Amino acid sequence: MHEISLAENILQLIEDASLEQSFTQVKTVWLEIGQLACVEQESLRFYFNVVTQDSIAQQARLEIIEIAGQAICNQCNREIFVASYYEACPHCGNSALQVIQGNGMRIKEMEVE
Amino acid sequence: MCTTCGCHTGKARINGKSISHHQHSDKPMYYQLVDSSRSHPHAAMPAAQLPNTFYFGTNTTDTHDPAMDQTKMIKIERDILVKNNQYAAKNRHYFMKHGIFVLNMVSSPGSGKTSLLIKTIQMLCDKLPIAVIEGDQQTDHDAARIRATGVPAIQINTGKGCHLNAHMVNHAIQQLPLEDDSLLFIENVGNLVCPSAFDLGEAHKVVVLSVTEGEDKPLKYPDMFHAADLMLLNKCDLLPHLTFDTDLAIEYAQRIHPEIPVIQLSATQGNGISAWLDWIKTGHHSAVLKKQSLLHNNITLD
Repeated sequence: MHEISLAENILQLIEDASLEQSFTQVKTVWLEIGQLACVEQESLRFYFNVVTQDSIAQQARLEIIEIAGQAICNQCNREIFVASYYEACPHCGNSALQVIQGNGMRIKEMEVE
Repeated sequence: MCTTCGCHTGKARINGKSISHHQHSDKPMYYQLVDSSRSHPHAAMPAAQLPNTFYFGTNTTDTHDPAMDQTKMIKIERDILVKNNQYAAKNRHYFMKHGIFVLNMVSSPGSGKTSLLIKTIQMLCDKLPIAVIEGDQQTDHDAARIRATGVPAIQINTGKGCHLNAHMVNHAIQQLPLEDDSLLFIENVGNLVCPSAFDLGEAHKVVVLSVTEGEDKPLKYPDMFHAADLMLLNKCDLLPHLTFDTDLAIEYAQRIHPEIPVIQLSATQGNGISAWLDWIKTGHHSAVLKKQSLLHNNITLD
């Protein structure tokens, strides 16, 4: 349920940008959400619609670009794709992995007018 | 709305009082008013990073008339939690400068965090200064239990919020008597999901799992076990009465976080507490040494 906090943080970043860039309406917001990030996308979409009511992002469409989880195996040093934290290396079976991509969440860009 | 603390609702409270946003220090966060119905005295500040702007229809070879289309693309490229993380960095600097060792205690409700803190405080309070920040949705019961041990405690009520954030903690540390070279426990809201995403400026997240829960909690809530640097397995005195498989629970935790150390203990009976105290003392010693090293080298963090 922390997705409501995330949605509010997104709106705040949008409003900060609106003062800098002098736009009055947001048409589309592109987010990059890592596959391993602690975010439930449908929940985030729901809360984004709730918190943006009566704001400049009221009509905004939310586009989520999913960033694949990637890790380096501590044993065989290969780069692998992982969809969750409890996956083992498909090459050597080792579960000690170092995540290198896919655990973040950020606003990438917006289409505004 | 102040989206970091949710204070537009008036629900987030510290020791029963609403958070005032004019206690921020010299570098306030840049909150913006959303609309008049949410009028709220936050200072407006420019965004730290100016986004690049790309205008559609500005290409001279394009026959498109820019005047006809005001749509433009704006690059933002910022972490969604950037504001929380800025507060967390500020808190961390403060703690480092003052040699304060800070632990963010996380678990599901009922794992025995508060009882464990009380036991820990009783064992350590004659050796080093301790303070506690308590996070709960409602009531100041936990802070009252901590204060009864004689150490200062401040209660943050998150209202409808399901986790503490770095902004709330920033307010709390301004109100707490925090001594240099002390130990600060932040007891997060009982929740194995949301607090994992929010850095408070702590040295470590410590996850408490009790043996009255399922062994597979680490697999069910991997984010928290991945974010934590230590797992405490509490209520181990009850093991003879349960079917809990300790080895399996540790295996699951280490599948999520391979090197995570695990300490088995009982807050009520005291078994295993000494290993936990030793772990704290080692971390506290490092925090104090780091502060002294900064002072010695005249490094300022401001």
